[in-house]
Amino acid sequence: MMRFLLLFSRQGKLRLQKWFTPLAERDKKKIIRDMTMMVLPRAPRSCNFLHWRDLKIVYKRYASLYFCCGLDDKDNELLALEVLHRYVELLDKYFGNVCELDIIFNFEKAYFILDEFLMGGEVQETSKLLVAKSMEESDMLQETMEEYMNKPAF
Amino acid sequence: MPAVSKGDGMRGLAVFISDIRNCKSKEAEIKRINKELANIRSKFKGDKALDGYSKKKYVCKLLFIFLLGHDIDFGHMEAVNLLSSNKYTEKQIGYLFISVLVNSNSELIRLINNAIKNDLASRNPTFMCLALHCIANVGSREMAEAFAGEIPRILVAGDTMDSVKQSAALCLLRLYKTSPDLVLMGEWTSRVVHLLNDQHMGVVTAAISLITCLSQKNPDEFKTCVSLAVSRLSRIVSSASTDLQDYTYYFVPAPWLSCKLLRLLQCYPPPEDGAVKGRLVECLETILNKAQEPPKSKKVQHSNAKNAILFEAISLIIHYDSEPNLLVRACNQLGQFLQHRETNLRYLALESMCTLASSEFSHEAVKTHIETVINALKTERDVSVRQRAADLLYAMCDRSNAKQIVAEMLSYLENADYSIREEMVLKVAILAEKYAVDYSWYVDTILNLIRIAGDYVSEEVWYRVIQIVINRDDVQGYAAKTVFEALQAPACHENMVKVGGYILGEFGNLIAGDPRSSPLIQFNLLHSKFHLCSVPTRALLLSAYIKFINLFPETKPTIQEVLRSDSQIRNSDVELQQRAVEYLKLSSIASTDVLATVLEEMPPFPERESSILAKLKKKKGPGAVSVSELEDGKREGGELNGGGERGSDPSAIAASNASTPSPSADLLGLRSAAPIGSAAPSAGSLLVDVFSEAGPAAPSSGANDDNFLSSAPSSSSLGSEDPAPPLPESDELLNKFVCKNNGVLFENQLLQIGIKSEYRQNLGRMYLFYGNKTSVQFTKPVEPLVEGGAQVQQVINIECLTDFSEAPLLNIKFRYGGALQNITLKLPVTINKFFQPTEMASQDFFQRWKQLSLPQQEAQKIFKANNAMDTEVLKAKLLGLGSALLENVDPNPENFVCAGVIQTKAQQVGCLLRLEPNAQAQMYRLTLRSSKDSVSKRLCELLAEQF
Repeated sequence: MMRFLLLFSRQGKLRLQKWFTPLAERDKKKIIRDMTMMVLPRAPRSCNFLHWRDLKIVYKRYASLYFCCGLDDKDNELLALEVLHRYVELLDKYFGNVCELDIIFNFEKAYFILDEFLMGGEVQETSKLLVAKSMEESDMLQETMEEYMNKPAF
Repeated sequence: MPAVSKGDGMRGLAVFISDIRNCKSKEAEIKRINKELANIRSKFKGDKALDGYSKKKYVCKLLFIFLLGHDIDFGHMEAVNLLSSNKYTEKQIGYLFISVLVNSNSELIRLINNAIKNDLASRNPTFMCLALHCIANVGSREMAEAFAGEIPRILVAGDTMDSVKQSAALCLLRLYKTSPDLVLMGEWTSRVVHLLNDQHMGVVTAAISLITCLSQKNPDEFKTCVSLAVSRLSRIVSSASTDLQDYTYYFVPAPWLSCKLLRLLQCYPPPEDGAVKGRLVECLETILNKAQEPPKSKKVQHSNAKNAILFEAISLIIHYDSEPNLLVRACNQLGQFLQHRETNLRYLALESMCTLASSEFSHEAVKTHIETVINALKTERDVSVRQRAADLLYAMCDRSNAKQIVAEMLSYLENADYSIREEMVLKVAILAEKYAVDYSWYVDTILNLIRIAGDYVSEEVWYRVIQIVINRDDVQGYAAKTVFEALQAPACHENMVKVGGYILGEFGNLIAGDPRSSPLIQFNLLHSKFHLCSVPTRALLLSAYIKFINLFPETKPTIQEVLRSDSQIRNSDVELQQRAVEYLKLSSIASTDVLATVLEEMPPFPERESSILAKLKKKKGPGAVSVSELEDGKREGGELNGGGERGSDPSAIAASNASTPSPSADLLGLRSAAPIGSAAPSAGSLLVDVFSEAGPAAPSSGANDDNFLSSAPSSSSLGSEDPAPPLPESDELLNKFVCKNNGVLFENQLLQIGIKSEYRQNLGRMYLFYGNKTSVQFTKPVEPLVEGGAQVQQVINIECLTDFSEAPLLNIKFRYGGALQNITLKLPVTINKFFQPTEMASQDFFQRWKQLSLPQQEAQKIFKANNAMDTEVLKAKLLGLGSALLENVDPNPENFVCAGVIQTKAQQVGCLLRLEPNAQAQMYRLTLRSSKDSVSKRLCELLAEQF
């Protein structure tokens, strides 16, 4: 399973952090620091995988943002790379040509999209259509919620 | 579809975020944040009730501030309030805040749990999913307690929506990982397995993660998933790239699901059913074939997804390790990847080959790629790839290629990256030792290692080389000569000086005949390095000097002068000063005989597991406890995951030279609690008559003055080796057997010792079973051997002469692949084994209880419960103790009383026991009364460890 997912900028500014296992704040800060220090200086076209403690680290850069995740020892690195890519595609579909600013100003949406896709560090739904649809539905919900709630429970 | 404009954007939040972004300095940012925090605090505290939107906005701002890295100590209550809002977006923000920021404030958890409960009951799928996500994100024990029963019901209920099922499956997985004891298997278990057949691919994808985890822990209950998984996999693998619609990812059908299915199959051995197995092999072949087909797309996503499946299939093939054909194909495929232009694939190929190298079918095939791997080590631009290449070289190393591999690793070390040097050094040291045929090569290698990467040579490495040189007299002269030459270098590493000082001090005489390395030259060479060294090294050198005085009397005046100089004898460092003073005195006062005795050559070191190997394992080990958390439960005590170590080494089989733990050998020494026939009865003595079939009363003939009973007087070759001190865990192992007579006493990677024992009155008989867990013979110069995988049995007859408190020691020595193993355990013979139960009525019991009222006859302990206070378990343990468990005796039904007589040859000791559990405090009070104080005391100690 995935242990954590971090999004940080080229300058090392953290844009999103998702922890799939409970950790103390101190440990989280240490991981964030280690990841940025390890990943940022790497040359372009290096390999996307690293070992760190007993975890596999998979990262990929999209424009100005680095997507970086920590995996269990037995997990599949290539597939994790495609998890990152699928997440980027989902963000892109939702925001339309996503950029770092979208994620800064709508950080809560970035979390919601991630929640639709992953849960507890495992892939929940790989269909782009379904994830996008459920995001759209939840966006629609706010207008109709009042009426919705007044209906009898089905 | 710019969703941002959908009207749910929070303007205030956007303004705040841009303010923060416009801050020119950290100080300005903190100032802006503090202003905002004050504002929010006043809004939350204000008299006016906030509407939902404002509450949501402020909670969201707090969340943003927290994610910037600042502490948040309020707003939790407002977030919890949002959970019960009717507006979806408000609820959603509330849940997000809780997920990110929850703390274990129990008051709050109860409120959160309440809101979750309502949402789970709402039958509204979006609300249910939010609630499930929150449980999974927080995953605390309190939540598991509240919902572990409910979620399986939601998961298998017929009317649950697909999206809810997906969330429920993964949420349950999360809870199972954190609190496996709370997720009870039940009727839902079989229905979960059948989710593998679900129409909805998303449901299968989510459910399979849960099934995999459950299968790992309860393989038998989930066995049926194997055939289901194979048929599902087969359908996906054979489907056309467009069949699965949106589950096709860049022309690859369902890559996530395929990988998860292959992973699930790795929890089980190959299917027994021939048809299922045939179908699976077909799938694996198809996957391997597809790797050779031209790509359907040039996009990297296509090849990544395709290769992800391929690597997972290879993992499964390696896991089965039974299909030579597939293993070789897998190896060839990885061989192709080793030269692929994509760095990621080269990295993964190196990584997978490491595991492949440990299979006997493919070890040779992996070895054929040695040149490519060496080339990778030399030319890869990316350090993480070079690291994998080094790992693979280590894994593929055997006797045939050790020299080449060690040489390549050494030359790589000269410019290796700092981050991996220490590990490389350890690996070189291990390989050099493991595959050393001639020890001069070993010495050369280690000295080279110190020369090239001295800073990274840990103490373990140079200790080890000294141990080996001391233990092998055929290499001592060579070592002295080589280290003498190495020390000639103008700048040599301090570690080299340490090794040099030690070896020349011990074996300098072996090269002193050569005028180029005469004693004085040796001394001057060492002393020329003295002023550059740290205090510990200087101390070591001083010891080398005094050894020189012993070895070469002609150096005495020179060395005494050095010791006498102010810089030594008045050195500000206490240790150095003391050594200088003492050595000086020793050399002036002691006669040559005395000096020779004091400074006699060091005795051989006891052989044990290479300390370097232990260090490498530690390095690779669970270094990241904080990250790995303890969700695997058993993991903390466990062995680490191999660390590149090869399980079985075919070449070692041929090399080992025969012998074993055997009844006729001296592997078993028993140390009695006190000298046999000791006059002091309080110390007690237990005579263990080992191997009675070898002739009664063997013990005294083997006894030496520290009353170590060697069972076989004929013992010889290993007699000089002292038995190792008992393992630190031997007390714990002993405690396991207080209330039972059979079980596994000891287990490590090599050896398992099982025990069966029976006792009658003051006699006992114990069967020891020694099982060889390796595939290699355990050897000793004496028959019999223990073949790989085989077991030998040994019988011990026991007689209890008088009461005792120390358990006898069991010392085991054997050779495994040339290394002498020396293990000392406590034999689980405890005083309670000689209990005879005594039934008695209530009034008898209390009458006797009162009779034993002298203070020294009673022993009492109050202690905390280590296990659950289960009445049945307690009863079973007390029965196992050997005394009679008396019902209806104690007026308080919660308490337990027991009675029995300890039978020894000298006397019988009546014992009464009372155990009072206090469930509320999770404590026990244990009282023992017996006619003998040492017995009360010992029984009390033993029993206090049992609950």
